[in-house]
Amino acid sequence: MRIKISLAGSAALFFLVSSLGAVAQQTRVGNLGGNAKHGKALYERYCIFCHGQYGDGTGESAPYLDPKPRDFTKATFKCRSTPSGSLPLDTDLYDTISRGVHASGMPSWQPLTREDRVDLVAYIKTFSPRFQEEKPVAGLVIPPEPATSPQSVARGAELFQSMNCWLCHGKEGRGNGPSASSLTDSKNYPITPFDFTSGTRFKCGQSDQGIFRDLMTGLDGTPMPSFADALKPEQAWDLAHYIDALRTGAVKPSQAQAEPKPEPKPN
Amino acid sequence: MRIAVVKRAGTQLLLGAALMMAVRPAYAIPAFARKYGLPCSACHEAWPMLNNFGQTFKDNGYQLGNDRDAPIYQQPAYWPIMFRVSPTWHRESNDRVAVDKVPGNASSGLVESTVTASGFDVGGIDIVTAGTLSKNISFFVQPFIANSGAGLVQAWVRLDNVFKSRWLNFKMGKFELDEPISQERTLTLSNTGGIYYNYFFTPPGDNNFFTGIGNLQLGAEVSGHSDNDYTRYSAAVVSSNNGATGLQASQSYNLYTNFNQAFEVSGLGLQRIGVYSYVGQSPTFYQTNRGNPIHGTGMGDRGFYRVGAYGQWYLGKFDFETFYEHGHDNVFLGNAVPANQPSKLPPGAVGPSWNGGFVEAHYDYNPRLILIGKYELVQMSQQANPGIRANAGNLDTWTVGYRWYPIMNPRAGLAWVQEYSRIVNAGPPTLSGKDDIHNSYLMGFDFDF
Repeated sequence: MRIKISLAGSAALFFLVSSLGAVAQQTRVGNLGGNAKHGKALYERYCIFCHGQYGDGTGESAPYLDPKPRDFTKATFKCRSTPSGSLPLDTDLYDTISRGVHASGMPSWQPLTREDRVDLVAYIKTFSPRFQEEKPVAGLVIPPEPATSPQSVARGAELFQSMNCWLCHGKEGRGNGPSASSLTDSKNYPITPFDFTSGTRFKCGQSDQGIFRDLMTGLDGTPMPSFADALKPEQAWDLAHYIDALRTGAVKPSQAQAEPKPEPKPN
Repeated sequence: MRIAVVKRAGTQLLLGAALMMAVRPAYAIPAFARKYGLPCSACHEAWPMLNNFGQTFKDNGYQLGNDRDAPIYQQPAYWPIMFRVSPTWHRESNDRVAVDKVPGNASSGLVESTVTASGFDVGGIDIVTAGTLSKNISFFVQPFIANSGAGLVQAWVRLDNVFKSRWLNFKMGKFELDEPISQERTLTLSNTGGIYYNYFFTPPGDNNFFTGIGNLQLGAEVSGHSDNDYTRYSAAVVSSNNGATGLQASQSYNLYTNFNQAFEVSGLGLQRIGVYSYVGQSPTFYQTNRGNPIHGTGMGDRGFYRVGAYGQWYLGKFDFETFYEHGHDNVFLGNAVPANQPSKLPPGAVGPSWNGGFVEAHYDYNPRLILIGKYELVQMSQQANPGIRANAGNLDTWTVGYRWYPIMNPRAGLAWVQEYSRIVNAGPPTLSGKDDIHNSYLMGFDFDF
């Protein structure tokens, strides 16, 4: 009898240890493994009033926030290094928590310990079954950045026009293109294209690498598509340099191409 | 004997007055919760005690840094104001009060008796308006309305992130020093357990104008911190008037500095250690007009200092705050003797020194329930006058309690509080020669909106 109990206990212990190990491996950022149980406690302290008890973005404060809090149940995230439509990497979620999302209600949670932030990632992933069913594909490898130059910025300005970025962001990058007023996000909330000239930091990081990544992966859940199939890396860098020049004021909006005259309507 | 009793009564009155002044309701600021949509628990381990996220927010000048901080982003109807009130029932007991043997008969002699008072009470109303005047310009105004009148607790303006650096912020006005453990944000409310005694300690017989780092001070502060607030410093120059508004009593200024560093310990959380010092001078006499001191003419300044170290230790749901202080006053301050009359110093007079500290422990069951335990002591190591009993002034106090938050949302907070506290004070001798003992029990609500 004692042997049976011992065997059963050992099996249970083995199962417990195995499953704990599996959970710990599910979320990993660097050398830190995520603990979803602890992440839940943190979520209830810091996140629940915006993102809601079920992670669906319907917390008590949600009605008053613009843009709306992320709906984790959809597993659709703006700031990713993975291709459009793919799940984000753990590091993508960790970076978003650490950095915050500028010009939104989401602050930087860098004052939390790194372990706490990884635990939050682990818990956030429990809201969508996609994280159990799918694996994120490999993240984008960002090639070395060529030096910024007036020529690079000029090429980027041309791409800004030819790729129709201006339709949403406006000819001068002020976020007032002809499509701007009709844009909605994936939950049908109105959404405003980014005004590059406002000086506001970009939502997913403001380095040139961040802009390059956003161009190549798109911002899922928003009308901003991925240009991975349409732009060569060197073109994406040119465009990134131009956007950064708009942001920093190196290119004055007046120097940017003027708004095109509306086409004459067909008779 | 009678003189000693009168002195003791006077000291008790002073202690009581100091407690009344010191035990202001501390604050949490739902005005910020309303502005950002965050719950109390985001910034407070349990309000009003800040966690590291809340401390970072405060150190950033009440800004989240998400480009939504300036007032221009708020609805015009938004007014950053909050108030806090603590309706309670409490019972205060003093075991060694000298009372007339026959009530009402002053000549019947004095005996020791236990005096107990209890009842419903509302300490006062804290009103706070605070926030940003513009991006990187923050402010704080806190009047206080008590039964005895109204006063100005804090009023300051701060330039944040000067030269776009978190390491340089400049504040001026009346403010709480960047204390090791914030007195204004203490979790306890009771008459005997609601303050950190080390922050207000003055040795027996001492007449130092400065009575402790717990007082809100008038001055200017330079401070800075790292992005995640793990590294912090502050240095404040303050008037030598112990926080009283108006021009200072003498020409000297005092200097307070604080530095702390946090570090992560795997599996435990954030730990923080720090050191601080308060160095100053206080006048020992004044120019007079027909014997009456003229304000602002204090002279014969003599020095004093308070130095110490502290830590905040997290062990999962437990956390501990440890605090140590060493204090010293000049011999003239310690003996209440004007510096121009050294002959009045008693034989063997020296500058008084003391050591003190506390340990405060919390068990954070969840964001809505926190258990509190606190033990604090002050021990004189050297009396100013050899004639003073060696342990006179020593304090020994402990407090236990809890705070339960049935309401905690981005609009308001309500806590149910229960506390028991006891203090043993070796002040001037009681009739029996034993230490004074005070007991305090408190229960009630603490809410802010």
